[in-house]
Amino acid sequence: MISTHPDVVIRVRDLVVGFGDQVVLDQLSLDVLRGEVLGLVGASGGGKTVLLRAIIGLIPKRQGQIEVMGVDRDTASHEQIRALERRWGILFQQGALFSSLTVRENIQFPMRENLDLSQSTMDELANAKLEMVGLRSSDGMKFPAELSGGMTKRAALARALALDPEILFLDEPTSGLDPISAGEFDTLIKTLQQTLGFTVFMVTHDLYSLHVECDRIAVLADGKIVAIGPLDEVTESDHPWVNSYFQGKRARLLTRATN
Amino acid sequence: MPSDSTLTCTTKGEWLELAPAGSWTTGRSAALEDSVAAAMPQVSTARKISVNMAGVRELDTLGAWLLERLVRRGPRKPEVQIIGLPDRYRGLLDQVKRVNLQSAEPPANKNKLLAIFESIGQSSFALSTEVITFLEMLAAVSFAIARLLSRPWHFRLISAVNHVYRVGWQSIPIMLLITFLIGCIIAQQGIFHFRKFGADAYVVDMVGILVLRELGVLIVAIMMAGRSGSAYTAELGSMKMREEIDALRMMGFDPVEVLILPRIVALIVALPILAFLGSMAALFGGGLVAWLYGDMNPEIFIARLREAVSVTHFEVGMIKAPFMALVIGVVACGEGLRVKGSAASLGLQTTNSVVKSIFLVIVLDGVFAIFFASIGM
Repeated sequence: MISTHPDVVIRVRDLVVGFGDQVVLDQLSLDVLRGEVLGLVGASGGGKTVLLRAIIGLIPKRQGQIEVMGVDRDTASHEQIRALERRWGILFQQGALFSSLTVRENIQFPMRENLDLSQSTMDELANAKLEMVGLRSSDGMKFPAELSGGMTKRAALARALALDPEILFLDEPTSGLDPISAGEFDTLIKTLQQTLGFTVFMVTHDLYSLHVECDRIAVLADGKIVAIGPLDEVTESDHPWVNSYFQGKRARLLTRATN
Repeated sequence: MPSDSTLTCTTKGEWLELAPAGSWTTGRSAALEDSVAAAMPQVSTARKISVNMAGVRELDTLGAWLLERLVRRGPRKPEVQIIGLPDRYRGLLDQVKRVNLQSAEPPANKNKLLAIFESIGQSSFALSTEVITFLEMLAAVSFAIARLLSRPWHFRLISAVNHVYRVGWQSIPIMLLITFLIGCIIAQQGIFHFRKFGADAYVVDMVGILVLRELGVLIVAIMMAGRSGSAYTAELGSMKMREEIDALRMMGFDPVEVLILPRIVALIVALPILAFLGSMAALFGGGLVAWLYGDMNPEIFIARLREAVSVTHFEVGMIKAPFMALVIGVVACGEGLRVKGSAASLGLQTTNSVVKSIFLVIVLDGVFAIFFASIGM
């Protein structure tokens, strides 16, 4: 049994994940604290999304332990896992909205399955979520195919927030958005996080997101977390990949711009 | 476990004090909705409302919204004060104050009679779109053929051969099996009923004429619509969804020339061959049943067949095959290009494609029957 610190919501210990001969995550350990925004960075193809999917249970692991809000999938019963899945929200990279349902029905889908609410309350709640993520309630009648990229992300965020999750997993939330929309989306997530008080686990490439949003940053390289901490601490790390990531041309430009 | 979620209403002078307590979260949705509904009558008459949040241990969007809605349902502009609110929930309450301010427009109240006319109008319009889609695709294919006539080396021969392999060669076993069984069944039924008035021998005429003129090609065409037409629609539809067709067009290629023409040509080549093979399999099945079930010697069967059918019957059947192939191809490709973004739309157009092409194949067969009858074939 792992000791459970009350403030740790995600605890990963010695996680090994691989496909065939290839080992993607090698003895990886990571703690995510309650109420923080943790940004996970790493090279493309380095296993960031794999780690996220392993934590939420979409990819089987080979070894190690993953405990989310005190629940370990290996030992938990089916009901415990179901209950756990209701307490987190996931924003997939492409939004993954159900294409045959309207935006409002998409948001109401988890409510309908899990809550015992009247239709009118669900409508109001869905409208509330839409407005909270910066969409109009008339957008709720649209189908996902009719939305722009930014609106898709917002609608998907509204669906991820449908059950007021305690943890929000974001897979590259700002990829494919223009810098202005990406900035707005970052601010939106930060504001919602402060209002609703959830924990954010975010896979990202966006240096700007890291600057404005994240309390702590974890760097994934060679299948391990090589540095973790607030941005300034991580930048000081002497790992070569971390150095080239944060001292690269793009990063320096951005740091200069934000200072 | 979260404690009970309760809402206590007490009247203190002219103030109505609402004291929510416990956990006001999605987990307790049903209980919350009930207790809020129970408090509604008291709230709707109150002038001044004070909400004491001190007892709330957990609060999320649902709980905050239910409270906000309760207060909003009060008389117009009641005086509301909120006391004992923990700082961590202040932002959330402010947030829900800003949502759902415009009332959703009520669904338009339609006249029932008008609604009937509207639905008639819409289906007529939809029918005309169907016809237009078909004609557009037919025109696009004709234009592509006309363009290719001036530079025939642009025809995608390899693609067409590949499609002939897929829709023709690979479907031979199933086509042979089905037409063989149909031939067997017709012969068996014929022998069974003709025997009553001693006309067993005429079963050969029936099987021969029916199979060569009508059934061979019709069965094969219907099978093609189901097997290959649906595949065409699904392929083109998913290419449309992933913007592959737009990409092709932007690279200066004509999707009709690159994707659609080879597919339709493949059908036009494959269907007559399959119809021929299918007719032979049906005749073989008929002969086999006549021999085993009707005790008719194969030599006699073949001799009678030679007398009963002429090459005209065979021609009538085979002439229809390429036209049916064209109809199936044009419908399947046209429906494929009508697919929109969603998964449901792909399913809908694939269904449409199969239903429409089978329908049109049968209509075409009827038109040909009238035509051949009037020219005496």
